[in-house]
Amino acid sequence: MSAREEILARVREALGDDSQPVTQSVAPSGPQGRAEGAPVAPSGPQGRAEGAPVAPSGPRGRAEGAPVAPSGLQGAASPTAGAGERGYRTASGLDEDALVELLVDRLVDYKARVEVVGPDALAGAIRTRLEGKRFVVPEGLPSEWLDPSLAGVTVTDSREAPIGVERLDELDGVVTSSAVSIAETGTIILDGSPDQGRRAISLVPDHHVCVVPVETIVGIVPEGFARLDTTRPLTLISGPSATSDIELERVEGVHGPRTLDVIIVR
Amino acid sequence: MTTVNLGLPAVPPRGFGNISATEPFPKAAHRELGNAQLRANLGHATHTIRDKRLRVVSELPDWEALRDAGSAIKTDAMSRLPELLVQFEEQFTARGGTVHWARDAAEANAIVERLVRATGSQDVVKVKSMATQEIGLNEYLEERGISAFETDLAELIVQLGHDKPSHILVPAIHKNRTEIRDIFLQEMPDVDPELTDEPRRLAMAARAHLRKKFLSAKVAISGANFGIAETGTLGVVESEGNGRMCLTLPETLITVMGIEKVLPRAQDLEVFMQLLPRSSTGERMNPYTSLWTGATSGDGPQNVHVVLLDNGRTRALADRHGRSALHCIRCSACMNVCPVYERTGGHAYGSTYPGPIGAILSPLLTGVEAEENSSLPYASSLCGACFDACPVKINIPEILVYLRGEDVEAKHGRGRAAGEAGGASDLKGNGRRRSLPTQMDVALGAASWALSSGDRLGLLEKGLPVARALAGRDGKISRLPGLAAGWTQSRDVPAPPSESFRSWWKKRATGGAPGEGDGARRGGAPGGGAAPGEGDGARRGGAE
Repeated sequence: MSAREEILARVREALGDDSQPVTQSVAPSGPQGRAEGAPVAPSGPQGRAEGAPVAPSGPRGRAEGAPVAPSGLQGAASPTAGAGERGYRTASGLDEDALVELLVDRLVDYKARVEVVGPDALAGAIRTRLEGKRFVVPEGLPSEWLDPSLAGVTVTDSREAPIGVERLDELDGVVTSSAVSIAETGTIILDGSPDQGRRAISLVPDHHVCVVPVETIVGIVPEGFARLDTTRPLTLISGPSATSDIELERVEGVHGPRTLDVIIVR
Repeated sequence: MTTVNLGLPAVPPRGFGNISATEPFPKAAHRELGNAQLRANLGHATHTIRDKRLRVVSELPDWEALRDAGSAIKTDAMSRLPELLVQFEEQFTARGGTVHWARDAAEANAIVERLVRATGSQDVVKVKSMATQEIGLNEYLEERGISAFETDLAELIVQLGHDKPSHILVPAIHKNRTEIRDIFLQEMPDVDPELTDEPRRLAMAARAHLRKKFLSAKVAISGANFGIAETGTLGVVESEGNGRMCLTLPETLITVMGIEKVLPRAQDLEVFMQLLPRSSTGERMNPYTSLWTGATSGDGPQNVHVVLLDNGRTRALADRHGRSALHCIRCSACMNVCPVYERTGGHAYGSTYPGPIGAILSPLLTGVEAEENSSLPYASSLCGACFDACPVKINIPEILVYLRGEDVEAKHGRGRAAGEAGGASDLKGNGRRRSLPTQMDVALGAASWALSSGDRLGLLEKGLPVARALAGRDGKISRLPGLAAGWTQSRDVPAPPSESFRSWWKKRATGGAPGEGDGARRGGAPGGGAAPGEGDGARRGGAE
């Protein structure tokens, strides 16, 4: 028997005996697509308070200024999600001002440098950050974002004509756009679109200038993932590179870019 | 329902590798407890991370609902594991990746070695991974002439220090900055001899040390925090960017993932990407997370593999009571709140998986009756802090108690199932595992014989004066033989009375008035010197 068949057979065998209830802290989520013979167990016999079945509860104790959408909406929309599974917040309900304010607060907390500019001021803001530096841009970066004076120091990268790693290492910085940003966690997500480029270009140069269009900002994590195609190469960035491995003391900047500049455009 | 006989053993084979303790926990713990530096380092680190975690968890109004969802998703995933694994394989393969299956540590190591050899490279860079720690991949490759470089700062410290990780998330938690500087000075070629113990300087030394390796590496090996069945997506959650370097720059990427890491839907990430960072490092989000699905043309490794690892997981899955231990997302919140871990450190647990989760996971992976891990379920005060902290609500204390029961059963020849690791030669006609009776069996058997009859007990009580002679002048026995020796290691036993209560009562009932002395004898020691009448009044007075 191949390893594959044997492991799958072992798993089926392991799940096969449903003669006794399973010890579980939380009841399984509902009737969705259970494998034949898998134990359908109500919550375990221990009857602890914490072990109470998943309540389709609304949010307890809302955060100030964070109105919460009726829970379960997304769960109901998802055909496979179990009934009690999505009792958590799926929308923040924040307006644009609040989203920008929260995102800025969280980014600054991670030691990223943040600026909010109007569309007309974007090219100037990017130029200021990269003056005197050599940098790489993805081929799909909107040309109007780059001041013509930067033409001489710009290297363009694409999947078809990728810049070698050694060359990337010699460059000082990179300018990219971004796909989605999550305000509550201060997370910026790149999905490899032409205006964000290959993963290597936002990794090897030491200075990342990342543009966040205001319409790509969402409030909380579920809203962020709802906008993403997970089959694309995704990079979630929350502040510049950091380590806490020495006495739990946070040190910004290890292997990834040590400086993260975020320019929010609204 | 009827189970189809697949010709497999009733209980899947045990896992092997760095999940087996080499000495019993009490012995290891006793030694580690003598290390004051270790305790100081650990106390500082666990308290720091504990406070951070509480702060960011309290920010979320729906934390409990997220825990419930995380637990429910994992329960669902486990119950549908065969179908989800097959779906993951289809999706990952359809998007240009290759899936391998490994029954145990040896098979996984061999697959990885073969894949590395095929690239012609002698060096690999590694992203911190519990699965490859578990199977001892670094040591395996090293023995065969392939150098595996750990790139996570803490793993690097451990590797350069010729040490073992002692924590799931912060493997070098037992080292302080001075110890780390000393390791770097000694082991890092080209390091600045003026290196101070400032964390920033140390981190930059690691950056310089690894930079060239990242940029030239042809092969990387990683673990995975999640594998999404719906899309064939793999994910790694990290902080430093070393993960991104390994996951995107080399041509070949080999990922070793435990089969329990599969999640049904991409949407499930919205739950675990909230639970994991807050529980592990106490951050709202970790600095970097990478998600990849097979190979992406022109971006990142083009030669992408995943090794799906069993190594005892099906065994844990077959244990109905311990199954939820496989829900673990390796956040380490349980060890950061554990009073036992805080004092003994991770090395005392002997396994790649230390702390409360290790105390249940290691025995479940190797089989509860495995001698080397049988002391782990006792490595707990059962205070319940781990259960409260667990983001997927694994009821660790309850499983610990259950495993203690299993251990006792196994030791006394009443194993719960037929055909366990002992093999067919241990089986008798009734299908139960038998072994030689232990001292405890003999002692309890004797007690049962004696206590079941008044006459027998009376006979034995005649031996009391003999036992009394064992005590020293101070009326204490400080060393008992055999099984009881462990108990007297740190305690004295008071000398037994010269006369038993029953014999005293019999004499008294024939001589004295009924009812007299009643209160005294309940509290006092028979034959202790006090006359019945004296004690009586005093006791009553004291009580009322």
